[in-house]
Amino acid sequence: MKRNMSFFNMTTLTLGLAFLYLPMLLLMIYSFNESRLVTVWAGFSTKWYGELFRNQQFLDAAWVTLRVAVVSSTIATVLGTMAAWVLVRERRFLGRTLFSGMIYAPLVMPEVITGLSLLLLFIAIGLDRGILTIILAHTTFAMCYVSVVVSSRLVTFDRSLEEAALDLGCSPMQAFGFVTLPIIAPAVVSGWLLAFTLSLDDLVIASFTSGPSSTTLPIKIFSSMRLGVSPEINALSTILISIVAVGVVVAALVSKRQIARRETEEREGQK
Amino acid sequence: MRMNPRRLFLIAVPYGWLLALFMVPFLIVLKISLSDTAIAIPPYMPTLDLSAGWAGIREFFSGLDFENFTWLTEDDLYWKSYVSSLWIAAVSTFFTLLIGYPVAYAMSRAKPEWRPTLMMLIILPFWSSALIRVYAWIGILSSEGYLNQILLWLGVVDEPLSILNTPLAVYIGIVYTYLPFMILPIYAALEKMDESLLEAAEDLGCTRIAAFWRVTFPLSRPGIVAGCFLVFIPSLGEFVIPSILGGSHTLMIGKVLWEEFFSNRDWPVASAVAVVLLLILVIPIVLFQRNEEKNA
Amino acid sequence: MDTKPAPAPFAPWNDPAAVPLIRFEGVTKRFGDFTALQDINLQIYPREFFALLGPSGCGKTTLMRMLAGFETPTEGTIWLDGKNIAPVPPNKRPVNMMFQSYALFPHLSVWDNIAFGLRRAGQDKETIKARVEEMLRLTRLDQFARRKPHQISGGQRQRVALARSLALGPKLLLLDEPLGALDKKLRQDTQFELMDIQEKTGTTFVIVTHDQEEAMTVASRVAVMDAGRLCQVDTPQHIYETPNSRYVADFIGEVSIIEGRVESVAEEIAISYAEGQKPIMTRCAETVSPGQSVFYAIRPEKIWVGSEPHPDRINSVQGTIVDIGYLGDVSNYHVRLDSGQMVKALMTNAERYAASRFTWNDRVWLSWSRHAGVVLTS
Repeated sequence: MKRNMSFFNMTTLTLGLAFLYLPMLLLMIYSFNESRLVTVWAGFSTKWYGELFRNQQFLDAAWVTLRVAVVSSTIATVLGTMAAWVLVRERRFLGRTLFSGMIYAPLVMPEVITGLSLLLLFIAIGLDRGILTIILAHTTFAMCYVSVVVSSRLVTFDRSLEEAALDLGCSPMQAFGFVTLPIIAPAVVSGWLLAFTLSLDDLVIASFTSGPSSTTLPIKIFSSMRLGVSPEINALSTILISIVAVGVVVAALVSKRQIARRETEEREGQK
Repeated sequence: MRMNPRRLFLIAVPYGWLLALFMVPFLIVLKISLSDTAIAIPPYMPTLDLSAGWAGIREFFSGLDFENFTWLTEDDLYWKSYVSSLWIAAVSTFFTLLIGYPVAYAMSRAKPEWRPTLMMLIILPFWSSALIRVYAWIGILSSEGYLNQILLWLGVVDEPLSILNTPLAVYIGIVYTYLPFMILPIYAALEKMDESLLEAAEDLGCTRIAAFWRVTFPLSRPGIVAGCFLVFIPSLGEFVIPSILGGSHTLMIGKVLWEEFFSNRDWPVASAVAVVLLLILVIPIVLFQRNEEKNA
Repeated sequence: MDTKPAPAPFAPWNDPAAVPLIRFEGVTKRFGDFTALQDINLQIYPREFFALLGPSGCGKTTLMRMLAGFETPTEGTIWLDGKNIAPVPPNKRPVNMMFQSYALFPHLSVWDNIAFGLRRAGQDKETIKARVEEMLRLTRLDQFARRKPHQISGGQRQRVALARSLALGPKLLLLDEPLGALDKKLRQDTQFELMDIQEKTGTTFVIVTHDQEEAMTVASRVAVMDAGRLCQVDTPQHIYETPNSRYVADFIGEVSIIEGRVESVAEEIAISYAEGQKPIMTRCAETVSPGQSVFYAIRPEKIWVGSEPHPDRINSVQGTIVDIGYLGDVSNYHVRLDSGQMVKALMTNAERYAASRFTWNDRVWLSWSRHAGVVLTS
């Protein structure tokens, strides 16, 4: 028996989604405002986008951010997948509790503390702050997120598939490469995407670990924000939000289509 | 079980990485929180001088004390910030629940074919930068912002309300940022609930509303608890929201730590603030884990 | 087994000159404090279809996983073809396994699943193609070669798993509950298909199952296991007709067990089981002495139910029908003897309405011959 959605539920959903999306929508609309006064509509214009692309500081910061995000999320994916494997498969080794503690702790650690502690480490060992230190910092907290995503997939992975691969002549490394990795690949990819966006969005940890020559986009945005609302920031935000939205929607549609295709194929298979 | 090289490698690499870049930094924070401020580079003392051998280590340890922690209790800025952070986090969590629960409930009652889309719509904002999402509220809440424009136009108020740079703006920012964290666990708990339970309750004489309070709500409690912790824990150490929306009068410990470090350059006190914040966080984190294990 | 060729019955286990393919020598396996297998000694011969039968947790899967190489013995040695296989990793053993879950690689097509092992072995393209096609023909999967595992039915998946594990031409094929996931009808068809393939390929099969009917149907010999020990290793017929313990008798098929004491030993021995009742007369293969307490096990179909004692049968007792189960072809009777014991009897309904001869609470006579039951000492 299915109940119809009541008026109350409909209203709640509409209001809830409006609350989530309206602020961003307003921000995006006003990025096309002619006036520098962000809250007064003075006609449609794309001039702030032009300004943005002429602003060398923003472009530099974007380039730094992109490099940091690609490198750190890639290393984090490798390390995180290894850590996930250890968490799921190695039930007993010296210091296992400490290990899983260190995987989960960064997820709940306030960013200010993570940032502060890493900065103090870099100073203690005399490592100059720059792109490298941001990458190290981002890799460390992103690998924990990756390992949570990948280990939740590995837990449900049928181990007899690996045993079958060994049985059919694979070495343990080959079994991982030919069987395990292709099957858990979607989780690894979403781990990478998560790490990538986390790195892209991070302000606090990057602020602590970056040097003067390695300002990332969030740091740049933050320092401009402190001066108040500006149409360039609106334009930049619009671009970033659009990229993420398109990326997530496309990913969702692709996986939905795959599921649908798989289901029809399964139905055909039953014949 | 023997330790073969492959196993050793798999364990050692992530383990070593986390030890070096998570554990060691944390120990350094702990150590500096016990040190004294100094006008030097680095701006604290003592520093461990291993070349002096055993005497150096002894001297190092004798230089450590709890002075900074005493300082935290004496200067009322700090304990006020902790209390204020706890209060702000608690109030925001409450309001997030108030808004999140009906949304999660409505989602779980939506047609099954709509649910994945709704889920995606709830998660989508999480993927875009929190900084930008918080920033979007400046334009709404400022004295010449959209909200005040509408209120003035409607004639509800005569002069603009000042919301930006008050704790209210911080509440709104936290509710807005962490709403998905509240909705998703509650939705997960409600979604797997068997609809026939409600029918059974009504069959046994409950009204719709009584059935909700006696059946639905208790069954969704694990989701509520999880959601509250997922909002409360990160908002306690929040930096971005108070510094963008809160103005200079809203005290939150994350912001105090930041300023202590970047503006005052008092590393030992900043470290002590961090250590105390972590100690405060341990309680909700442990409670959260208990809740998760109980409902696993 | 009427499907086997008649001339020389296949029974290498009776031939002292036969060389076993697998030899377990005092194999014990412990997991921490738990002993999964206790001092196993066992020989399996080439071309055998050998079944490991027992309830879950009896150690049969551990025994099989030791052959595959996923577990190593704590004590003792396993010899395969004259070589100790303990140090050989699974990927280097001439042994393949068909997994209970089939463990088909979901990202590979049927064809690629079957070719998987051949590719790892580094065979050339032509050889692989020929071999995969041979396997597809053998398992009648030709038209499904391009499908993914999730696009085919359960029975087809089972055949892919079989084809994949046979592709490398192993000396020994291990089958872990191979038919467990199939429904009953399909399972029966597949049992005969398995026997057929086993015969065609001449591979030694070791099957693990908890289904006694399955083990009896397919296997040349059955090992009944309990709590990490081998209870009895013998042909299906011997296991059924001459079980060596109450456990085996009870595990395989239906049985009534009557506890008693040996009264006299002659050509037949007499077992007294209750005050004032005539002792049970039976032939006995084991050596027993008067006064010894024993168990008498008898299968339901060996007991004749009638309103009078059967004239040709040495044992006759009176009892009351407690329960009747009518199954169409046969009827099960639960009869309480006057001495209190419950005995199960089974009668074929050779004539229509034969079953309606008796009803609940009827007094009946149960009769059986001197060869009908076995005497067990444990």
